[in-house]
Amino acid sequence: MNIVVLVKQVPDSGASRDLNASDFTVERASASNVINEMDEYAIEEALKIKEAHGGEVTILTMGPASATEAIRKALSMGPDKAVHVQDDALHGSCAVTTSKVLAVALGTLNADLVLCGSESTDGRVQVMPHMLAERLGIAALTGARKLTVDGNQLTAERQTDEGYEVVTAATPAIVSVWDTINEPRYPSFKGIMAAKKKPVQTLALADLGVAAGEVGTAGSTSQVLEFAARPERTAGQKVTDEGDGGTQLVAYLATEKFV
Amino acid sequence: MAEVLVVVEAGVKKVTLELLTIARGLGSPSAVVFGEADAAKLAEYGAEKVYVASGDDVEGYLVAPKATVLASLVREKQPAAVLLASTQEGKEIAGRLAVKLDNGLLTDAVAVDADGTATQAIFAGSATVKSKVTRGLPIVTIRPNSVTPSTAPAAGAVEQLAVAVSEADKLAKVVERVAEKKGSRPELTEASVVVSGGRGVASADNFKLVEELADLLGGAVGASRAAVDSGFYPHQFQVGQTGKTVSPQLYVALGISGAIQHRAGMQTSKTIVAVNKDPEAPIFELADYGVVGDLFKVVPQAAEEIRKRK
Repeated sequence: MNIVVLVKQVPDSGASRDLNASDFTVERASASNVINEMDEYAIEEALKIKEAHGGEVTILTMGPASATEAIRKALSMGPDKAVHVQDDALHGSCAVTTSKVLAVALGTLNADLVLCGSESTDGRVQVMPHMLAERLGIAALTGARKLTVDGNQLTAERQTDEGYEVVTAATPAIVSVWDTINEPRYPSFKGIMAAKKKPVQTLALADLGVAAGEVGTAGSTSQVLEFAARPERTAGQKVTDEGDGGTQLVAYLATEKFV
Repeated sequence: MAEVLVVVEAGVKKVTLELLTIARGLGSPSAVVFGEADAAKLAEYGAEKVYVASGDDVEGYLVAPKATVLASLVREKQPAAVLLASTQEGKEIAGRLAVKLDNGLLTDAVAVDADGTATQAIFAGSATVKSKVTRGLPIVTIRPNSVTPSTAPAAGAVEQLAVAVSEADKLAKVVERVAEKKGSRPELTEASVVVSGGRGVASADNFKLVEELADLLGGAVGASRAAVDSGFYPHQFQVGQTGKTVSPQLYVALGISGAIQHRAGMQTSKTIVAVNKDPEAPIFELADYGVVGDLFKVVPQAAEEIRKRK
């Protein structure tokens, strides 16, 4: 099975994050950039499917030159190769235009199965799988906590607010996964060394036949007008329980009219 | 006045009423229901029209058929905006709709101005941006608990929609829907009170304490990632970076240290209360009221005190 895993480099959600003051895009230069955590679960799932059914695993990333770090990290877990869509004109692309570029790139890769994380920790928009499925005319099974592959039949279990659903589709399809689906492996030393030699193909917009004016800030379908850091929450009252902590807590809730 | 399409989540959730309330500021609200419609309720909150699309072609698959029906309705009615809930399904329908119409899309809005400009909380609620769609009409998904729903009785005229979907819309089939025990608690993202437990709760059995306090406060139960990963509570109740984002009036954190990934899911709550035995726990940095103590002593005493006051 030919599997492509979408990987995004994001600013570490555990560190401070910012937008560029000039164009309100995500500040990457000064950020601590990491592989989007949820994508590691997609890579793990791809590797497990390859181990069980054979095939090849390709990483697909769209991002600036620095995203190479995330690609090498992804490859160190075990995928075979990577494609890096990189072009300065992509800077400032919205979700709609990003899906346009990724769909064209996926078109060149002939995937049976596209795997990705359910969301990125920076945008948390969650729309990419369905946008890509819409463009490619393939099925999208989103938010999988369990995935079974039987020939060309995919069966996924997905969490809902009410319980869960079992959904099916035939390949080719795109499946997004939650972090409940598996436990990603740590790259081994051997894996890290091997990743340095794995092929990474860089594609520019011209290689994909996409015009620069259709993407990036110029082609974006939405615009950020203003940006403000939210005032930090400040610590309020803190009491130490000396036998009446519960009573005091309820007294506070009562003054705030919660009881 | 131009129509504003409001996509209704199954069963008319509280967020639907919030969407109708916001839609009234943008034009004349028309509800779009997939499945069974509670037209009276929608009318009570301002829906002049209620479009209904039902049947297995719509309900038996993941979101693609809904987006197709919605896209043809948009082309026909030329609405001023389309509003959806910022839930997984709402976002997914919005994403497909945006691609179909080659239109912009804004997600996770907490407010929408009359001209369609949306206010969004980003980076886990640590910053706020104002954005607008620059191509096409505003398609905006709105977070639950963004406004207080208010009534504004309207006609609520029901109109059945013809459902014409393609084979490509029917590729992802739902073969089974399993409802898990839900009880009478409000839904996590919509609840005005959320009581969450973390690693400090120490076992699945002990979550009864969290549930008891939640029930006494009329709230929903949440859990930190540490508690979910330890198997204390199911994943659908996880609050934080890889779980749900909540913004209730009151958030009670029990035995939760307050790692940044947890804060990501709850720091826009109005009032935050924490109980933790570690006085240095970061949760106290954002708690309006904190009790340093053993939650197994503090929580039962608090529960008893609430019972007394009732």
